[in-house]
Amino acid sequence: MVRPLPLAFTALALVVLAGAPHAQDMPPGPAAKEASERPAWQAHGLKPQNPNSPFDEVVSGLYFRSKETQEMQADDFNNPGFLAVEQGEELWSKVDGAPGKSCASCHNEASTSMKGVAAAYPKWNEKLGKPINLEQRINICRSGAVKAEPWAFGSSELTAMTTYIRTQSRGMPVAVKVEGPMTPWFERGQSLYYQRNGQLDLACASCHEKNHGKYLRADFLSQGQSNGFPVYRLRDQRLVPLHERMEGCMQDVRATPFQPLSDEFLALETYVAWRGLGLPVETPAVRN
Amino acid sequence: MRRPITAFALAGLCVLATAAGAETASTRLAHFKIVAVDGSDAIPKPLTDKPGDAAAGVKVVVNRRQGNCLGCHQVSSLTAESFHGEIGPSLDGVAGRWDAAHLRMIVVNPKHVFTEATVMPAFYRIEGLHRVRSEFQGKPILTAQQVEDVVAYLTTLK
Repeated sequence: MVRPLPLAFTALALVVLAGAPHAQDMPPGPAAKEASERPAWQAHGLKPQNPNSPFDEVVSGLYFRSKETQEMQADDFNNPGFLAVEQGEELWSKVDGAPGKSCASCHNEASTSMKGVAAAYPKWNEKLGKPINLEQRINICRSGAVKAEPWAFGSSELTAMTTYIRTQSRGMPVAVKVEGPMTPWFERGQSLYYQRNGQLDLACASCHEKNHGKYLRADFLSQGQSNGFPVYRLRDQRLVPLHERMEGCMQDVRATPFQPLSDEFLALETYVAWRGLGLPVETPAVRN
Repeated sequence: MRRPITAFALAGLCVLATAAGAETASTRLAHFKIVAVDGSDAIPKPLTDKPGDAAAGVKVVVNRRQGNCLGCHQVSSLTAESFHGEIGPSLDGVAGRWDAAHLRMIVVNPKHVFTEATVMPAFYRIEGLHRVRSEFQGKPILTAQQVEDVVAYLTTLK
C-alpha cells in the first residue's frame, strides 16, 4: 500500500506558514477564531481543467479541515478509514454465490486491475443506457458473474468494497467523462446543484460555491468535492458513502432527500465529480 | 415594489395544499401587507397584536433550530455564544441601517429587499419552496410572534 500522500505534508507546512498573516482576515469580536484553528485552504488546489469551472481554484475538502484531521488522513496507520480498506481487501478474495467465485476470480490483484478505475466513475453503461456509479458496478458483478445477492446501499460490505476499489486509485486525478450520452446527466446534475430545496431554501451552490472558506456557525464550508468518498466521518465514526452525505445535506435544509442510487443522485454525483476534475482521489479521506 | 403579496394569497395556497393532501395540519400565515417605504419593500405593521419582546427574540436568534441567525451572522454583544457565522454581514449596528419596517420585511422574506440571489432564507413564507420535508410543509421557519420578537431584538442593535 502506498503510504501517505506527499502533498498532505507540504500542505501542513503551508498551513503553519499561512497561519499568522491570515489573522488579519479574521472577523472581529467573538466570531474570531484562533489563527491556528482556521484552515488555510487557499493555494492548495488546481487551476480548473475546464474553462466553465465555477472555481478559480479547485480545492479538496482536505484543506478545509483542521491540521489534526489532515494529519490523521495522511497517516495510513492512524487513518480509521483503513479498517474498511482491510475489510474490502478480505471481501475481494472471499468466495460467494453458487459458482464459487470472488472478485479476484476475474479481476486478480486489485492493486493492478483496479488501479485508476474508480477515478473515472460515474461511467456510462451501454447495456443499461444510463450512467452507473461504483456501488452499482460492484453489485452488477455480484448479481452477474458472482451470482450472489447484491449488497444493500449503506451496508458495511458495499461501502468497504467501494472504499477498497477507490483506494486503488489514490493520488490519481478524478477523470469523469461528461461527453456524449453523459451530457444530459451532467446537465441534470448541474440544474439539481443550483436548485434550492427545503424549508431553508438552499441549494448545494448556496454553501459550497458561494460561501466555501467561510464559517456556517461552527462548520467551515468546503467546496463540496467528492474526491475523498467514501469518507471516514469523525462525528459518525464510520465510513460514509457520497449519496448518504448528499442525503444529509438535503435533510439539513429540511428537504425530502432523493434516494441513494437514484437517477437524481447519479446525475449529481456525475456533475460534482466534474467540478473536481483533476483532484487526486483521496479515499479513504477523513472529515469531521 | 416587487411582488406585493398578502397573506390572503398565501392562505389560499395553503388551503389548496391541504385539499391535495400535502399536509394535515393547516397552518395559515398571519395577515401582513408589503408596501414600498423609501423605495424598497417593507412591512410597517407588525404581524401580531402582541408587541415583540427583544429578550425572547435573542433566544430565537441564537437557537439552532429556530432563527439560528448566528449560523450566518455575527453579533459582538452575544459573547456567550462561541460560534458566529460569516456568510452574512455582522448584525452589529443593523438598527442604524434599517428601520423596523424593513427589518421585518428582511426577516419575513429578504428577497424583497436584497436580490433573488441572497442565500438568506425567508423566515415567514410557505409558498414557492421545493421538496419541503413533510413535517415542515405549510409551516414557516418562525411563527409570527417569533418574527416580531426577532425584529424587536434587532432594533436594539444600534
